[in-house]
Amino acid sequence: MSLRLKKLVRTREFSLLIVLILLSAVIQWRNPHFLTATVIDSILRNYSYTILMTSGMLMVLLVGGIDISVGSTLALSGMTSALLMREGILPNWWMAYLTSLGVGILCGLLVGIVITKGKVLPIIATLGFMYVFRGLTFFISDSQWVGMMQLLEDFRDFSQGTSLGVSNLIWITIVVYIFVFILLKWTKLGRQVYAVGSNIEAATVSGIRTDRIKLFVYAFNGALAGLSGAMFVGFYAGAQNNIAMGLELDIIAACVIGGVSLKGGQGTIPGVLLGALTIAVINRSLSLTGIDPFWQQAIKGAVILAAVMANVLMQRQSVRRTLARREI
Amino acid sequence: MPEYILELRGITKLFPGVKALDKVDFQLKAGEIHALMGENGAGKSTLIKVITGVHQPDMGEIVLDGKKVSFKSPREARQVGVAAIYQHVTAYPHLTVTENIFMGHEKMKHGFIQWKAMHKEAQALIETLEADFHATDLMGDLSVAQQQMVEIAKALSMDARIIIMDEPTAALTTGEAERLYEITEKLRDDGAAIIFISHRFEDMYRLASRVTVYRDSKYIWTRDVCDVSEADLIQGMVGRELTELFPKPELEIGDEALRAENLSRTGFFQDVNFKVNKGEIVGVTGLVGAGRTEVMETLFGVTKADSGTVYLHGEKVQIRSPQEAMKRGLGLLTEDRQHQGLILNWGIGRNITLAELNQFAKLGVLDEKAERATAKTLAERVGTKANTLFDLASSLSGGNQQKVVVARALTSKLNVLIMDEPTKGVDVGAKAAIYEIMGELAEQGMGIIMVSSEMPEILGMCDRIYVMCEGRITGELARGEATGEKILELAMKKRVASEADTETEETA
Amino acid sequence: MENVIRRRSIDANPPRGLKARIMRWEFALLLLFIGVNVINMNLSPNFLNAHHLFTNINTFLVNGLVALPMAYCLLLGEIDLSVGSTVVLSATLLGIVFNATESMVLGILTALAVGTLCGALNGLILIKFRELSAMIVTLGTMILYRGLAERILGAEATGGMRTVEWFANLFDARIGPVPFFFIFFCVLAGVFWFVMHKTVFGRRMFAIGANTQAARYAGINVERTRFTVFTLTGLMCGVSAVFFTSWMGSVRNNVGEGYELEAIAMCVLGGMSTAGGKGTFPGVIIAIFTLGLLRFGLGLLNVNPQTVRIIIGALLITVVVLQNVQRLFKKKPAPANAS
Repeated sequence: MSLRLKKLVRTREFSLLIVLILLSAVIQWRNPHFLTATVIDSILRNYSYTILMTSGMLMVLLVGGIDISVGSTLALSGMTSALLMREGILPNWWMAYLTSLGVGILCGLLVGIVITKGKVLPIIATLGFMYVFRGLTFFISDSQWVGMMQLLEDFRDFSQGTSLGVSNLIWITIVVYIFVFILLKWTKLGRQVYAVGSNIEAATVSGIRTDRIKLFVYAFNGALAGLSGAMFVGFYAGAQNNIAMGLELDIIAACVIGGVSLKGGQGTIPGVLLGALTIAVINRSLSLTGIDPFWQQAIKGAVILAAVMANVLMQRQSVRRTLARREI
Repeated sequence: MPEYILELRGITKLFPGVKALDKVDFQLKAGEIHALMGENGAGKSTLIKVITGVHQPDMGEIVLDGKKVSFKSPREARQVGVAAIYQHVTAYPHLTVTENIFMGHEKMKHGFIQWKAMHKEAQALIETLEADFHATDLMGDLSVAQQQMVEIAKALSMDARIIIMDEPTAALTTGEAERLYEITEKLRDDGAAIIFISHRFEDMYRLASRVTVYRDSKYIWTRDVCDVSEADLIQGMVGRELTELFPKPELEIGDEALRAENLSRTGFFQDVNFKVNKGEIVGVTGLVGAGRTEVMETLFGVTKADSGTVYLHGEKVQIRSPQEAMKRGLGLLTEDRQHQGLILNWGIGRNITLAELNQFAKLGVLDEKAERATAKTLAERVGTKANTLFDLASSLSGGNQQKVVVARALTSKLNVLIMDEPTKGVDVGAKAAIYEIMGELAEQGMGIIMVSSEMPEILGMCDRIYVMCEGRITGELARGEATGEKILELAMKKRVASEADTETEETA
Repeated sequence: MENVIRRRSIDANPPRGLKARIMRWEFALLLLFIGVNVINMNLSPNFLNAHHLFTNINTFLVNGLVALPMAYCLLLGEIDLSVGSTVVLSATLLGIVFNATESMVLGILTALAVGTLCGALNGLILIKFRELSAMIVTLGTMILYRGLAERILGAEATGGMRTVEWFANLFDARIGPVPFFFIFFCVLAGVFWFVMHKTVFGRRMFAIGANTQAARYAGINVERTRFTVFTLTGLMCGVSAVFFTSWMGSVRNNVGEGYELEAIAMCVLGGMSTAGGKGTFPGVIIAIFTLGLLRFGLGLLNVNPQTVRIIIGALLITVVVLQNVQRLFKKKPAPANAS
């Protein structure tokens, strides 16, 4: 085996891929309809926003932060553009998408400012904003929901439509993933994100403006949540106040399964993509295999625990192997 | 062209509650190696951070090439050619060597990072340093000495005019230090001015042409190295002359207190045999990374040995945790006081009583009065320089912090005490105090194991000396026969043999 | 040889001073608490109706029960996100066992045992996998425990618990105007305060939170302490579940949702640092009542729940920012002529 291949096999992403393939194989064995274009397309469509937001959460976790307000940000930004459509203020679909994106950026910036300037721990700050943004969603909509017919038609058409046979939402997700992948791998900004998470003191003395990096990361994460807000409302053709509650758990879970360290500095785009797909498959496929759907949450919890524990065991194994090689 | 490439005039820097620099001066000539000397807390590190733009001075001015400048951030300082290698290695453990070297000045093309070009240049730098790792290795997988080399490569890659080296030799072996000397001299010959900070007098004599001494945040003097004796330096750094540094009492050595037999832990140490008797001070020395600390942590129950036996007073024991070790009368003062020894934001009183809280409690309820009384007695006994028991541990100097840790060890009924680098980061005055306490403890019949890299204290304080190299004990010397040369020879012993091993392996 | 050690006298008396007391967070919190009550009184004449007031206090104390051990978790520098899920799982099994055996005592014991087991499992994972943070482990168990409750209950509810009169009285019974549950809570809170501030165990928790490594090297059994605290948290979730079922009489799978957030908000408002090692228990107690009564007052004013949510979230953030600002003031640089 060549050295490069060996290295690839040793990566966490590779073992995760194996797990995902095994999982799919088991489901396929229980229900032959699983690995069909329709089902796969439906999984990807229904979870496009989860997968999308996972890449933003990756960057937040990379700098050693966390954001549990993303579900609320999604609801607030989705609701904002839905209301503006209902009032006839937004003329077309892309203005609606931009509005949601803008609201998301504002939410993310606010979170970032409180964390960097107010020196509030991320978990606490975003816990607070989770309440605030969700409350604002109810507030601006006066606890009403926006129905299908009140949305712009071209907005719904775009969100539910396809280009080249693939859902527009999946296209958006693909573009964002490519963007984030390039950003993290080949730009200064991306490497600085890793640097801040890996050793913040070193980053400070080497002249990286750590607060700005953090601010950017939270704003970017907010932007993706905002974008997802428009996708969600358009795809399900309606905006309710309680949408995406608990979504942050799925997203953080996807990151953790994808090998992102909560301590910062560790995690990759291929990893979180696989993590998000695993979560999507678990969420979607239980009904296909004839397992009681009420098992879904318990299984998800068990998978998260198993993933993080397996990760620890693998790391211990690799440390032991390195030690045994070291000569005395 | 002005005489000085860099000049600092009357720099004052205030931190909450502390004056870190008090009207400090400094002049650096072009093309010189200039040593900065001073005890810990004298203000050297702060001065460096002012020069590199990490801190901004509250008063005074910085003059570069005859022009007044002010650096608002490290970035600005680096743009005019100031680079620093910091004392505590400032690495990114999750990133590759290449990235660690180029962080902040990556090679870019059309806004994208040029990985291939960077790896190539990083590899070239590593090869100039004759270091034994690759540009694509993860920083976290390297040893401390290797990481230090990366820091040096980083400074090289920046083409700096002024290079600051803060204790660069601290983690290096003699051979590696020699290579560093050569590189430093080459940099100077290429026209860079170098500020060199070190605790080792030998570094200064070997490299520097001029030396500036600081004490208590103040500037003392600047002289040519050739005119300075060690006594002058100590006088300048401490402000008073020290007559007797090693108050080693001559004691009757008692029965065996602790013995380790064939202790091994995979990847760290192998077949370690040693013992310490009552009233004896035993030194364990060797280069950094020889496995000394690891052996002590295993004895203390922090980590598990893979094989081997430990005897306390002739009785075979198995120690699985620190609390078990302490119950059996074995104590450990860690090398890293800030992280493993003290709770920095606690007062010294509570730090002292932490290990033996049950002494001051009935049915688990604390009697704080009794606790304070004991803490006061012990803090005074070791001569802690503090006003009240509620002074925060973080406000103390390194030496006084060490005294607090020693005071804590005195609360337990110990008969063997392991002291890991007890004088590291401790100023000269407090060092003497710590040696005196060691002597007193030995006098009371305690067996003491002192792990240390500092030759003078090993030679001055120990009855017997074990030398370790690469996880094995390579020799044992009695007080009379030990010399600096013999110890060094033993400390390097295994290194040669293992290099031969790898060569045969590679050919096979 | 002359002695090198210069021994000097060290003052052992604790520092006193009105200023230090007033600068403490609890004082600011007390002002906030009084402020909330004064405003409540002025805005609504119904506020001081003792019966009404205590009924309401009872409801937020069910959540407050979880905040007590949460303060210990935060003190250790840990967090337990699974508390709400532990409450629902315990309450579910209480209902199931009661309905199957007709024995309420057995039901209560089951709830307490289930809570303790859930907490112990958290603790066990954490001490066996020391590399993992409590945040991620309890995030996993949070989903797992609620998932189990969902599996057991499905979309149904288990009910009928209030038909047992003495059980319903756990929540309802009063001594004069004061509910039994209120007294029970106060006693428990007192015990929690005492253990945290006056005992060896409490001091050790402070030490571990402030510097885990130093605590370990000082011979403190960090793992045992951690395990104990998480198990205790589980047990208190069981207790909370008992009072919840006594209050509501039935259990659905969304019970206890957001309990973890409320409990953390209460502790943080009370001045517990989420980084560990800092905080006082009186602060937490005041915060439980401040937050609860604030909600109550806003309810009296007919402020809709969504606005309440905004206010509480904003309050949480503001409080932490304020605490940081306060810390900055405390560490003002010494004047130049001081040294």
